[in-house]
Amino acid sequence: MRLSLADVRRTFGGLKAVDGVGFEVDAGEVHGLIGPNGAGKTTLLNLVSGLIRPTAGAVTLEGRRIERLPTHRIAALGITRTYQNIRLFPALSAAENVLVGSHLRRSDPLWRRMVFAPGYRREEADALQRALSLLARVGLEDRARERASNLSYGEQRRVEIARALASGPRVLLLDEPTAGMNPSEVASIGALIKEVARAGHSVLLVEHNVKLVMDVCDRITVLNFGRVIADGTPAAVAQDPAVIAAYLGAEG
Amino acid sequence: MNAESLRDLWLTYQSTVAFIGLNGLLALSVYTTLSCGQLSLAQAGFMALGSYASAVLTLHTQAPFPAVLLAGTLVPALVAVPLGLPVLRLKGVFLAIATIGFGEVVRIFFVNLDFTNGALGLVAIPQRTHVLTIYGALAVALFVLWRIQGSRAGYALEAIREDEPAARTMGIHATAYKLSMLVLGAALAGLAGALDAHFNFMVEPSSYSFGRVVEMLVFAVVGGTTVFYGPVVGAAFLTLLPEVLREVGGRIGLQPGPLRLFVNGLVLLLVILFLPSGLVSLPRRIRRWLEARRAAAHAA
Repeated sequence: MRLSLADVRRTFGGLKAVDGVGFEVDAGEVHGLIGPNGAGKTTLLNLVSGLIRPTAGAVTLEGRRIERLPTHRIAALGITRTYQNIRLFPALSAAENVLVGSHLRRSDPLWRRMVFAPGYRREEADALQRALSLLARVGLEDRARERASNLSYGEQRRVEIARALASGPRVLLLDEPTAGMNPSEVASIGALIKEVARAGHSVLLVEHNVKLVMDVCDRITVLNFGRVIADGTPAAVAQDPAVIAAYLGAEG
Repeated sequence: MNAESLRDLWLTYQSTVAFIGLNGLLALSVYTTLSCGQLSLAQAGFMALGSYASAVLTLHTQAPFPAVLLAGTLVPALVAVPLGLPVLRLKGVFLAIATIGFGEVVRIFFVNLDFTNGALGLVAIPQRTHVLTIYGALAVALFVLWRIQGSRAGYALEAIREDEPAARTMGIHATAYKLSMLVLGAALAGLAGALDAHFNFMVEPSSYSFGRVVEMLVFAVVGGTTVFYGPVVGAAFLTLLPEVLREVGGRIGLQPGPLRLFVNGLVLLLVILFLPSGLVSLPRRIRRWLEARRAAAHAA
């Protein structure tokens, strides 16, 4: 099992934002995480990516406990993410943002640049080339030199995905990647997610677009008030009375 | 103009040229931490450590000048590590206040240190710094910062400046980068201090007050902190300004002192309001303005 969560809890004062959540994500699996607003989905992504620490419970990446590690170590072990409220580096260009994302994959030490050691130019050109081809993968090759803050909302979301992919993560966390996108953009993101999973990355997807979730996810975990209320294949989850009750209100 | 008058001119302005170089180094020492978004104001303290360490070595040992300069660079750099580990956890104005506190502690330490003559400071330090030494040091500093810009580390620094938590989730060890830049800034400030001590014959605690670090910050802000050479441009501009004002003020019958403070403040205000990227962005701004005018003329 690539990523597993066991009885993860996080409280903010008296609020139990995440209250004993556990599920597992396999290699190459697209795992959906859905639930009403305030269910604890983003908190859970913040816990997995190390931005906040759990109050209790275990997060395990390929057999290794990671929930107490510093954020940059968790990224180095292979978990990167995008953000619900886009967090690109606004003053950098689209290509530079992706280049920052490839920080972990680049090794070129500074001293080689200082002494103009042979080969450093090619390494930098290679890194830039990788960044540009990732931008091409999300359909933004002609926007590479544009400042991130000048890009449209949908374009910024796609740069974020390219940036998160640039380190070659084992697990990619996507926090509402299609928010604010039009249907054709949503379809292209869906295709991208499937392609990423086929390449062997696991994807943990938080998303409100039910059609997309049903379409791309292998398994879905449904949260409500910080607890798992259902877990299974998209078809099974869609039939689950607890899920229907949470979304539409219980009958009687 | 003959050789004689050229030499006179050099003798008159030699110290101004030297101060441009020294102030350039000091402005760069503030820039290093600003480049990753940290406002550290400990640089006057680091400069004091460099000045005193080098002056004590020269006065009490036979150490050759390069070794003295090295000590003046390394002492503050080593002090920056245990200082940085706790204070770099602070952000924004809290970091600024904590580092101001460090600077004041260093200054008051030397005021009370009998070994270095307390508030009177050390005098009769032999003059060993040549103008060329200063510019050599400045060139090395500029070279290093030039090579960092655009490198993997350089992008990591920019990412930390733009959004530190997001940078961390990209695998960037933000604390290590911030600490490295604080150490580099401390080394530059210490080197400038050591050069300064062996140029001005003396060091005294009052030259390392809070006002000194504000001056360095103003150099960097006026020049521009988006490119590595901006702070040096700012330092050169603001160091030359009083010389120009003295000439002008003398002709129109104004006291140079008050005029200088007024013009310095005015320049800072104008740059912050109209040129937030500093003087180095002026050529680009003018070019854009001309293009816009030409386009408007075409449209009309």
